[in-house]
Amino acid sequence: MANELTKQQRKSRSIIAFVILFVALIAFFIVNVIAGSVNMSMSDILAVFTGSGDSLYSDIVLQMRIPRALAAVILGGALALAGYLLQTFFHNPIAGPFVLGISSGAKLIIAICMVFALQAGIKMSSTLMIVAAFFGAMMAMGFVLVLSKRIKGQGMLIVGGVMIGYICSAITELIITFANDSDIVNLHNWSLGSFSGITWSNVSVSFIVVMAASIAVFMLSKPISAYQLGENYAANVGVNVKVFRALLVLLSSLLAACVTAFAGPISFVGIAVPQLIKGMFKTSKPILMIPACFLGGGVFCLFCDLIARIAFAPTELSISTVTAVFGAPVVIWVLIRRHKSRM
Amino acid sequence: MSNVFLKTSSLSVGYGEKVIIENVDINIEKGQIVTLIGPNGAGKSTILKTIIGQLPAISGSAELDGEPLDTIPRKEFAKKVSVLLTDRPNPELMTCEDVVAMGRYPHTGALGILNDDDQRIVDEAMDLIHVTELRDRDYMAISDGQRQRVMLARAICQEPELMILDEPTSFLDIRYKLELLSTLQDLARSKGMTVLMSLHEIDLAERVSDKIACIGNGKVDRFGPPEEIFTGDYIKQLYGLTVGSYDEVLGRVELPAITGKPQYFVTAGNGTGTRLFRSLQRLGIPFATGVLAENDLDYPVACSLASEVVSVPAFHKADEASIARVSKLLDECPTIVCTLNREQLEENGLSSLIERMNLEEPSEQ
Repeated sequence: MANELTKQQRKSRSIIAFVILFVALIAFFIVNVIAGSVNMSMSDILAVFTGSGDSLYSDIVLQMRIPRALAAVILGGALALAGYLLQTFFHNPIAGPFVLGISSGAKLIIAICMVFALQAGIKMSSTLMIVAAFFGAMMAMGFVLVLSKRIKGQGMLIVGGVMIGYICSAITELIITFANDSDIVNLHNWSLGSFSGITWSNVSVSFIVVMAASIAVFMLSKPISAYQLGENYAANVGVNVKVFRALLVLLSSLLAACVTAFAGPISFVGIAVPQLIKGMFKTSKPILMIPACFLGGGVFCLFCDLIARIAFAPTELSISTVTAVFGAPVVIWVLIRRHKSRM
Repeated sequence: MSNVFLKTSSLSVGYGEKVIIENVDINIEKGQIVTLIGPNGAGKSTILKTIIGQLPAISGSAELDGEPLDTIPRKEFAKKVSVLLTDRPNPELMTCEDVVAMGRYPHTGALGILNDDDQRIVDEAMDLIHVTELRDRDYMAISDGQRQRVMLARAICQEPELMILDEPTSFLDIRYKLELLSTLQDLARSKGMTVLMSLHEIDLAERVSDKIACIGNGKVDRFGPPEEIFTGDYIKQLYGLTVGSYDEVLGRVELPAITGKPQYFVTAGNGTGTRLFRSLQRLGIPFATGVLAENDLDYPVACSLASEVVSVPAFHKADEASIARVSKLLDECPTIVCTLNREQLEENGLSSLIERMNLEEPSEQ
């Protein structure tokens, strides 16, 4: 069979894939720092780091572009990982935080909190944002879990999730429409999804939360691998399935919430990246998939954010516009491929 | 009872509040093979699922090696008991070797990485079940029978003391059915592995099991060695056979006899008639046969399929009464077939009927 690889071939394939991901991550990171609506040469950038540069350039690079690129890496990784966990949990290749409405649930609660905070004249801290988002994510996740108990069939679950997403988005829009108009613009941009306006404090909080969650996910790679054969076989080899499922729900919600808190709802990264990574590695071993999905999510979001910023500069696209353009075809490809393999 | 490894006491199993089987009292000694048989939906799987903890017991208890099952820590249980379920996993992008290696789960460290020993055990299990050539194939790209064997190798490389197999022979062809059962026998004999399984093939169950539990009518109807189970018409009664027949001694199944006035008379014996009897059944033609001694090879099938069998006790030749009856049947049946030759007819005491058999020398089969 043509696509039948030996163990050794798989191993070298994994090593090469990791190298490619690392190189791509670093390359895109550098490009993201250099490129932008304000034209800067390489020497201008280097001058910023040696401290002899223009203070405007220095502000742009140190306060805008670098935190933004870091956020794309951290939050992109988190999103891909959240998608991977949800796909594992539901045994569904096109599950993800966005399609299941989890991002939209987080968005709704944040929007409510923000409107109240703005009216009271308080600025929400990064931590508070995550807490609100986590609450919203868990709420949407709760609905999805109820749905998954009631309806059989993978397709229907996704349709249900999409509906939950629409409901949450509609309520969010409603709230935004009636919010104090001076702040609408800000809120409106965020609710479409964007890495713009990310601060160093956002970056550090999200770094801590995402890293902690990702390490926890990595420690779960053994039970995740057993869970691939289904609940009953996992239970028989010693997995406490109830605890494990609860952890998957909590961690995927936390990761998705963290992303939504800082960048708004971002579509398709959660579905597309794990699928692309699986195709690249030709395996689904969690111990490889977890770090690879994280790296892949970072690369994908850096790439998409770059396009969002420079494609129609100085007009910036919302990140979801770009992720959808590149992510949606991946989903279609997955569906076609699965249909083929069943025939 | 010495050396009881798995013991259930007044165990009631079912789903939620609904009891399906009550008072399950079975005990299995170490190294024994015990099979659950019984009709579809009788509750065989329910019992197995309860023992592996997939379903909570409704009442009663079960003990493994003297310890109540519900007190055994999950991980300890996983080292002692492995399963082959009727679930059909659909893992994405896992090779067959990955699937088999999952059996090492209870023995590996926090990240589940296999050491050399684990790898050797995985290789041995794949060798034993003859799935080594599938090792790099995608699990989803192989046949159902191959998957069943891969999952069996997985259960074996878990190195359990007790294997619980729910319908392990499903999807397997005759070669692999026999290989599977013979592998289980080997494991039981050489490693003292205890096996509890459910089987649909009662003939195979009879051959491989040390004990059989018959599940039917909401209870364990019989539990004991096969020779105590397969008596009389028990199987017919357990499965509620209303069509066809099951031969308890030979483990042979037949479709129902064609009833009615015999159209054919078949003179058979020594196994020469069995195939012809089955052909007539397929063609839907009622037939009579004789004279058969009750120890004749053709006798059991004749009893299952013929509308009338003229017989004499074992090791006897045809007597006057039976010859008279055959003579009458020869008059009544439009077609007469003889599968015996002149010498054989004489040997059977049928010399007086030879000229009525339309024998052509040498007689054909």
